[in-house]
Amino acid sequence: MSATGAGAADGPDLVRLTAAQMAAAVAAGEVSAAELARAHLDRIAETDLHVHAFLHVAGEQAMAAAREVDRRRAAGEPLGPLAGVPLALKDVFTTADMPTTCASRILAGWQPPYDATVTARLRAAGVVILGKTNMDEFAMGSSTENSAFGPSRNPWDLSRVPGGSSGGSAAAVAAYQAPLAIGTDTGGSIRQPAAVCGLVGVKPTYGGSSRYGLVAFASSLDTPGPLARTVLDAALLHEAISGHDRLDSTSLDAPVPPVVAAARRPDVTGLRVGVVAELSGEGYAPGVLARFREAVDLLDSLGAKVTEVSCPHFRYALPAYYLIAPSECSSNLARFDGMRYGLRVGDDGQASAEEVMSRTRAAGFGPEVKRRIMLGTYALSSGYYDAYYGKAQQVRTLVIRDFTAAFEQVDVLVSPTTPTTAFPIGERADDPMAMYLADLCTIPSNLAGNAALSVPCGLAPEDGLPTGLQVMAPPLADDRVYQVAAAVEAALDQRRGHPLLARASALDRAVLGEQEEGR
Amino acid sequence: MADVSISREEVAHLARLSRLALTDAELERFAAQLDVIVGAVARVQEVATADVPPTSQAFGLVNVFRQDAVAAPLGAPAALAEAPAAEQGRFRVPRILAED
Amino acid sequence: MSATAAGRAAVPFEDAVRRYEPVIGLETHVELGTASKMFCGCPVTFGAAPNSAVCPVCLGLPGSLPVINRAAIEYTIRIGLALNCTIASWCRFARKNYFYPDMPKNYQISQYDEPLCTDGWLEVEAGGRRWRVGIERVHLEEDTGKSLHVGGVTGRIHGADYSLVDYNRAGIPLVEVVTRPIAGAGALAPAVARAYVTELRDLMRSLGVSDVRMDQGSLRCDVNTSVAPAGAPWGTRTETKNVNSLRSVERAVRYEIERQAGVLDAGSRVIQETRHFHEDTGMTTPGRSKEEAQDYRYFPEPDLVPVAPPPEWIAEIRAALPELPAARRARLQALWGLPDADMAALRNAGALDLMERTVAAGAPPGQARNWWLAELARRANEAGTDLTALPVTPEQVARVIELVASGALTHRLARQVIDGVLAGEGSPDEVVAARGLAVVGGQAALAAAVDEAIAANPDVAAKVREGKLAAAGVLVGAVMRATGGRADAARARDLILERLAG
Repeated sequence: MSATGAGAADGPDLVRLTAAQMAAAVAAGEVSAAELARAHLDRIAETDLHVHAFLHVAGEQAMAAAREVDRRRAAGEPLGPLAGVPLALKDVFTTADMPTTCASRILAGWQPPYDATVTARLRAAGVVILGKTNMDEFAMGSSTENSAFGPSRNPWDLSRVPGGSSGGSAAAVAAYQAPLAIGTDTGGSIRQPAAVCGLVGVKPTYGGSSRYGLVAFASSLDTPGPLARTVLDAALLHEAISGHDRLDSTSLDAPVPPVVAAARRPDVTGLRVGVVAELSGEGYAPGVLARFREAVDLLDSLGAKVTEVSCPHFRYALPAYYLIAPSECSSNLARFDGMRYGLRVGDDGQASAEEVMSRTRAAGFGPEVKRRIMLGTYALSSGYYDAYYGKAQQVRTLVIRDFTAAFEQVDVLVSPTTPTTAFPIGERADDPMAMYLADLCTIPSNLAGNAALSVPCGLAPEDGLPTGLQVMAPPLADDRVYQVAAAVEAALDQRRGHPLLARASALDRAVLGEQEEGR
Repeated sequence: MADVSISREEVAHLARLSRLALTDAELERFAAQLDVIVGAVARVQEVATADVPPTSQAFGLVNVFRQDAVAAPLGAPAALAEAPAAEQGRFRVPRILAED
Repeated sequence: MSATAAGRAAVPFEDAVRRYEPVIGLETHVELGTASKMFCGCPVTFGAAPNSAVCPVCLGLPGSLPVINRAAIEYTIRIGLALNCTIASWCRFARKNYFYPDMPKNYQISQYDEPLCTDGWLEVEAGGRRWRVGIERVHLEEDTGKSLHVGGVTGRIHGADYSLVDYNRAGIPLVEVVTRPIAGAGALAPAVARAYVTELRDLMRSLGVSDVRMDQGSLRCDVNTSVAPAGAPWGTRTETKNVNSLRSVERAVRYEIERQAGVLDAGSRVIQETRHFHEDTGMTTPGRSKEEAQDYRYFPEPDLVPVAPPPEWIAEIRAALPELPAARRARLQALWGLPDADMAALRNAGALDLMERTVAAGAPPGQARNWWLAELARRANEAGTDLTALPVTPEQVARVIELVASGALTHRLARQVIDGVLAGEGSPDEVVAARGLAVVGGQAALAAAVDEAIAANPDVAAKVREGKLAAAGVLVGAVMRATGGRADAARARDLILERLAG
């Protein structure tokens, strides 16, 4: 497993530890949670000017939470496996003591009166929430450029996107502002940012963690999940947030798959691995394909049985998704109308409620959100329902059948996580279709609800930017994807001699450059 | 690729239905973009789906209920705390045109 | 001849139904009396301080999610079974999407093409006939919040400056019962509509699922009406809302028949629209104009999973159904041996429960009926209240009946006893004692009074002896005066005749 040298007491080195190392250090009394929190808040202060990962930094609350962990440890109270570890929370989860904006003007400054279940479980686990991270507005996008408050930047190359919609969360972890982050994955919004930022990002089985308090984009697809620098860290976080919630009717009433144990068991001997034939070819960057092929060969060399598998309906997954998700979101976002909370525009005492609603939504929503609302309204309209929404739900059934058939032949499926490396900010902003293509590989797992993750599999030769290997497993077999990811991670780290992120120097160069100038 | 398109009038209608006040310029831009997008997503119609049931939820759960027990409400102050306008303990909203 | 709101002459009802055949339909909403709301744990209340019974779920706050109240499903199945419906083996909730400030999510979680109950019926009586009203569906949905409209003249939406919204009601479980069209009722259509709503209300009450108060909004009714010439296809129907009492149901149907007949007579077409009923004038006026029919863009609710009631559960609910009103009425009628007209009168007066208790306390049904429908009904009318609000219990009425039967009271005296009880002077026996209302003594006391009266009126007595029996009345009067009205007049008369004519 990757290590940066444990036990160092320096601030800058503290942030380089893994979450597992931090937790162990806190438990052993080698470092206090307060020191950890302070070190990360300092790191944010130093670097977020460049990265813009955070929309809201909750310094006081974080320090208070950290001191509480320290108090409990000193009192001999039992602590969870992640107690004292700092975390960045995507601003799509409600927090009762911090604003929740979903990166939208329509919710700017909104203070929810309740915590999301995920938020509550993190707090109960003693995790220290540093603040809320940037995202594409209402989780719609693949680059974080749709944020109403400006994009986040990729720590590998600050002129490039960190992916989306959980781009802020990914940027925060890749910039060492936090060892852990929570994102949400509806069409790939955890896995794709993880891939382009050189991180581990997981979409658990749908329903594995609660959506209560997760501001809904597409209800049947939204899934909270972890982002981290190592597979073990992701697994620890996965277990901390998962499990049945009676406040969410779609949450799974089943035991959490043993992902931490799987992360500690990086062995793929005899595992049947299927390469999805349809997720390759035109539109995929050569470097992405090259690193993917190497990862597959690596699995083979580690003892896995690799074959090619065809999932013929995956070709239709993207159009089906871009009918189902906008349809659900057109309804989910109807509540934002300026009547009960959030932005209200145009209420001059003369205008009608209808007019105020329309002007509020026009002013409060960005263009991508508007496009998807209108697209969804169209797909659900009487006369169009059968041909669009109805048809897309049928295609969804066929995608599920493809997975079911594939998983009769293999234990996991693999593909590149996303067709390209991080693209420059602004490159696809005016071309919605081009932007949508980033989700090509990730979407099928959202439609089917099965477990999937992205693990780094090297830098693309042509641009030196991270690429990700996507691993998919049947629903409730989340442990399998961790098992494969752990094996790949271990082998690559060993081959490389150091963890991948040690090479992510753009951010530090930028920061160090400033410091030198400032001297 | 299915030969489907969406007109500017339809987009204007969708904007009205979804309570989005668009400027003419926005309407132009969105109409062009939505035309392309609708054409692309219409690909789903190429798939033969006779006898294929639609999936709304992947896992076939049924009968998830809660007991008929009362839980503490938020309380009016918390409920109204973020209201853009409130009066007499109620949410104040502009005059409503359509009768329900 | 009544005028329509538009000033156009409506056709008098009798004329209208002679030349046109009405078809009616009813959509009734019932607020369930569960402890908590449909999708969250907020209490179901009425009249609580505004927004004091709300939470993230029923306020529709971002991130909130609904969870189905099991009791609401059970109550709905109960209703469906009582209405002879088929209970779906699998059904779903759906989103009904439209924007309105009293709906926090701007969609209502309801049921669309997969309702919980379908294909039932309810028998009602009107105009001396029985009607089997078809029930198309019974489904569940969530209620909306309530708005106060400020600044307008009447407190209604039209002309208001702004509105104030209270979401306490939002999320209360609402059952919607939709009838099939009711045709062939002719002139009885308004009565059938009223009878249906009455029977449905009584049914809900007996099932214990709602307090069904139209005045509080826990029973709400929309009436659909159309007319067409005899033998022609059904006409265009209108939907009338704001029908807030049983009487309004009847009046609204009646008015719409008259109005639509007038429209057709003038050669125009009836516009398909939603209309608003006005309590004060008994007329309807057009509401929201439907230039484009609302497209609610229904789709299955993705935040909920389907409901598939297991057969064992449905069987349990069926076994626990209480005696339904129609069955109860039939049983009581057989028990009491009363004719249909009497049963109808008792029912209309709201006196069935009172009758039942009176009979249970020992009174003969005929006597009980007489007291409740005549004497007590009159008192209730005078006091401007319902029978059930009179300060006399069925047990007390039974006691009075018993006293009369035993001869201790005459009917006249009994009425005075009732006066006393109603005035709060105590139980019947207490009133008798306090006011000294016992029938005058035994034979001896009465005989003495009779002899005195005969002695005091010799010429009248002579007439009676001669055979002019009518003159005995004068002597009876004398006996009554002498006993302060406490004699049994009939017995006094008998005694007089015995003495003089025997």
